[in-house]
Formats: sequence, structure tokens, C-alpha cells
Amino acid sequence: MKINTIVLISFSLLSLAFFSCSKNSADIIKIGEFASLTGSEATFGISSDNGMKLAVEEINNAGGVLGKKIELITEDNQGKPNETQTVVQKLINRDKVVAILGEVASSRSKAAAPICQQNKIPMITPASTNPEVTAIGDYIFRVCFIDPFQATVMSKFALNSLKVKKVALLIDQRNAYSTGLAESFRKTFVEMGGEIVEEQKYSAGDKDFKAQLTAIKYKNPEAVFIPGYYTDVGLIAIQAREIGINVPLFGGDGWESEKLTEGKAKDALEGCFFSTHLSMDDPSPLVQDFIKKYRAKYNKEPDAMAVLGYDAAMLLFDAIKRAGSTEGDKIRSELAKTKDFKSISGNITINEQRNAVKPAVVLEIKDGKFKYKETIAP
Amino acid sequence: MTEFIQQFINGLSLGSIYALIALGYTMIYGILRFINFAHGDVFMIGAFSGYYLAMLFSFTTFTGGASVFMAVAILLASMVICSILGFTIEKLAYKPLRNSPKLTILITAIGVSLFLEYSGQLVFGADPKSFPTLLENKQIMNIGGATVFSNSIVVIVVSAILMIILRMIVMKTKMGTAMRAVSFNHTVASLMGININRVISFTFILGSSLAAAAGILFGLNYPKIDPLIGIIYGLKAFVAAVLGGIGNIMGAALGGLILGIVETFVSGYLSSTYRDAIAFGILIIILLFKPTGLLGKKEIEKV
Repeated sequence: MKINTIVLISFSLLSLAFFSCSKNSADIIKIGEFASLTGSEATFGISSDNGMKLAVEEINNAGGVLGKKIELITEDNQGKPNETQTVVQKLINRDKVVAILGEVASSRSKAAAPICQQNKIPMITPASTNPEVTAIGDYIFRVCFIDPFQATVMSKFALNSLKVKKVALLIDQRNAYSTGLAESFRKTFVEMGGEIVEEQKYSAGDKDFKAQLTAIKYKNPEAVFIPGYYTDVGLIAIQAREIGINVPLFGGDGWESEKLTEGKAKDALEGCFFSTHLSMDDPSPLVQDFIKKYRAKYNKEPDAMAVLGYDAAMLLFDAIKRAGSTEGDKIRSELAKTKDFKSISGNITINEQRNAVKPAVVLEIKDGKFKYKETIAP
Repeated sequence: MTEFIQQFINGLSLGSIYALIALGYTMIYGILRFINFAHGDVFMIGAFSGYYLAMLFSFTTFTGGASVFMAVAILLASMVICSILGFTIEKLAYKPLRNSPKLTILITAIGVSLFLEYSGQLVFGADPKSFPTLLENKQIMNIGGATVFSNSIVVIVVSAILMIILRMIVMKTKMGTAMRAVSFNHTVASLMGININRVISFTFILGSSLAAAAGILFGLNYPKIDPLIGIIYGLKAFVAAVLGGIGNIMGAALGGLILGIVETFVSGYLSSTYRDAIAFGILIIILLFKPTGLLGKKEIEKV
């Protein structure tokens, strides 16, 4: 009896091992994705994930890549850099993915990039704009512009369109995206003849910004630049209005989320501006077609992060096709050769620093909605 | 000068919230001689009760529908919910350990705290919620450019009223006398015919309801809540309680206000990078010179 049990257990273990092996050799290409599906910046991850899933569905319906189906393995990093490292290790070592897609937030992409570089797994980030992300190694790419460009855009916008010269900064001091964007903005804005009258800092997750905002108020700026994430910007705007700061607030693509104007933030942010990757008002058939497909699948409106997620996935599929192989170094060299790849957010040409060169748009917040204001080319 | 006034009001309203939470820490320490680390999370539950009650009474997260009567009703209802929670926590988690080493209860408190935080993430969701407008926030004063909004004043006034009521309960009622007796000596108090368990339960109810009030006031002033707000605010309030002299009610209130004002001034005039460093530095200096905290004396009434 006892021996029988042992035999039975070992047999079932064996068969389990057999089945898991056979699954690996099936006709699929595994692609890893890490995203902040939960945590405070969850809309970043959910949007880019939705975009990627849409791309995978489309490519599989069209017959897949190299005659194989794409399987997207998604891991939630809960918006934490250390969790990111764990899940990326898992994707590479256990799931044996051929490439990695992710993430929106620069600090998390920076945590994942060294691991991908080390394992020679190509990684494409949809929306991390901090320049250091792709500087980590030649396997790291992005399909969006970088912060120095975004800073130039907002400097030009502030001086020429808003017609303000005295600007105050409020920076998230523990966020690579925020400090990087602020630094670039400070440099270009002053070079173009503007003046930074005050600089204050906060940490993501703070709830009380009144002390910093009061200090800003008494320097009488004509506008306040807040290069933070939507999670804090809403609360900052509400408190800024309470303190009596009535000038426009403006920021970068970290503001892009349907949750930005939730609750009281809707009134507080009326007439404020931010730069981002594309506008959903763009009449081009590519964009409008994407919006239709997205609505049909998810029953909600896409944002720029969803588009970039879709674009990142599509660029990867294209590179695998061009490489004719799923080997990391071959995909990498094809990605690096990308020129005028047709994508929803504008044509992508990968430059020597493995960044995409693309124009940016400025959106205005009107009645809680994001309205197209202007396009600024590189 | 107006900047100074504005910063002072900012600090006072932040400090009032610290003070209300600190009272719970100090009372429970006074009675049981242990730090109830789950207290910050009771504060969080208070804020979320307010959020869901307001949703239930069909408040929108936008303006409109705000009335003083409803705001008070929600405040009181949340206080009741958290009282029940505090009472239950004590009965289930701490009472069975009454005679165990202090360290055991401390670890249990940390466990309860983690339990509340992560069940909160599970039940409420991890993403921050926009706290509804319970009271319309009107600009009521403008002293040479320093704008004062009604909610900051509401926070300060409601906190003051609650602290006065607490002081009356502790000093004037029979239960308050019993609380003070228990804080001196459990055994002697029980020999005098005081029901220790009832006094301890009552203390938890009192402390938790104040934490709930702090949660609602927090939501009024900083309308964004998430299941982890209890961690940092609980910690700050604990520091405030130690600063004022743990076990001392007036000390907790004073410590909270000082901490709030110091933090605001450091952020406003120096840099928020050093906010916590300087605030905690001041704490260390005060404790170096007065190890029992600002008002902590051996003879003073303790609860």
C-alpha cells in the first residue's frame, strides 16, 4: 500500500514535469510585461497593459509573428521598484520571455533595465521619459520622447503661449522622472529668458502641501510648474487654490490619467496645461481608429499611456518579424535600426541613444476633460 | 508677516489632526503601558467610514449636498464604527494577552496594524480615493493676503471641542476617575472595586472614536485617502505623544500641535527635504533634556 502511494506520487510528479516541458516547446513566443496594475499610480499600468493586450490580440488574429502566436505574460509590480526587480527576474529566468515591455514610470523602468541588459533581453518602455533609462545599456529602448525635449516644449509654451516669465517649481524629490524633468526645465527656461522665482519639494504620497505652496505664493509667480504624477497633482491643485494661488499650473505627461481631475481637483485644475505624447482629439484616422477599437474592447476612453503601450508592443512584433528570430541580440539590432515605423503616436525613428524622436502636444484641462492646445515639434 | 500667519494656520490644522490621534496612543499607554501600533490604522478606518457613509447618503465627490447636519451625523457615525472596531481589537487581540510579557502585546499590535492595512487594500482597493465634500470650503478671512478657509478652522475648532470633552470625561466623571486610578495601579484599583476590563474597553472606545474624528477631519482638509495613510500619520502622532510626555493627555495635544507647526515651518521656510529630519531632531533634543517629554511628570494625572 505504502509503496503504491509512493509510485503514484512519483508518477504524477513525472507527468507534471512532462506536461510543463511540452508547454514550453509549443508554437508560441513569450513576451514579458511588467506594469503597475495596482498601487497608487495604477492607471499608468492599467492603460499601458490594455494597449499591449489590444496589440497582442490584433497580431494573433492576423496570424501571429513568424507563424507563432504571441503570449503576453503580465506581472504586477504594485508600483514598487524592488517588486519590479523580482518580477522581471521571474519573467526572464522562469518564464524565459524573449523580450520585456514596461513600464510607464521611469523609476521602475530604471530598476528593470539593468536586469534586462545583463540577460541580453531587449526591453521597450512605452512611456518612461527620463533620459537615464535607455542610457543603462544597448538593449533598452523607448517609444516616447525624453524629458529634456518635454522641458523645452513646456518652456516654449510658458514663454510664448502663456506669456509668463516668472515661474515657481514644485518637485517630487524622490521621483527620478520629476527631478529629471525639473532640472531640464530649469535649464531651458532660464536659457530662453525666463526666471525661476521659487523651488519647493515634496515626496510622493504626502498629503499636506500647504507649507510649500504658501512659500510659493509669497514669491508671486505667474505660473507654477509641477512635474509630478497625477496622484499628487490633484491634491496639490486643491490646496494651491485654498492657499490663494490663482495662476495656471502646468506639468508633463505624468499628469495624464482619467483620475487627475477626480473630485474637487476638477475645479482646481480648470485652465491648467500639461504636455503629453498625443491628443485624443487628433483627427488622424490612425488615432480615431485606435480609439474606436479601444472603446469596443474595454468600454472606456483610451489615454496616451494606452496608445504608447500599443505602439511599444507593435514595434517589438515588427522587430521580431524583421529579425526572423527570437534571439535577444537579433531583435536588439533590428530595434536599433527602426526607421519611420508607422505607429499611432506618430512615426517612430530610433536614434543612437535608443530614444524615439517625436513631437509633443500640449493639452488644456477644460471642465475635467483634456483638450488639444498645440503641437510642438522637436 | 501674512506669510507667517498663513503658515501658522496651516501648521495648526495639521497639528490638530496629529493631536487627536496622539490622544489615543497616550491614553492606551497610560492604562496598559503599551504602544497600540494599530491606532494609526483605526484613524484610516475612520476616514474610510466617512467616505463610504457619505457615498451611502449619496454625497457626490463634487460640491453640492453638503450640509452641517449631515457632516456632523457622518462624524458621529464614524466615531461609533471605530469605537466598535477599537473595542473588538482589544477584546480579540489584546485581552487574551493581558498577563503575557509586554513584548508579546507589542508584536500583536503590529500584527493587527498590518492586518488592517492590507485588508484595507483588499476591501477598499489600493488606489487613493477622493474624499467627498462634506462641508463646503469657503474663504472666510483674508488678512492682507493670507487666505483662511473654513475647513482649516473647522479642523481646529472641532479638535479643540473634542479635547475639552475628553478632559471633562477624564476629570469629572466616575469612569474618568476609574481610568486615572487604573493608570496608577491595576491591582490596587481592582481592590477598590473597579472593573478593570470595563475601564480598559472604555479607554479603547474613547481613543478610537477620537481617531475616527481625526480621520474625518483629515479627509476634509486633505481630500485624498488610501489604506496606508495610517502608517505615517500614526507614526507622527506617536512621536507627538512621546514629545508631550506619553501617558499625559495635555502633553499629547501639545505635542501634536508643536509637531504640526514645526513641520509646516521647516517645509515652508527651509526645505521639505529636511522636514522629518528636523522635526525628529527636535524630538531627540527635547527628550535629551526632558526624558519624560514636555509635560510628562511622575505625579501628573495619567490616563
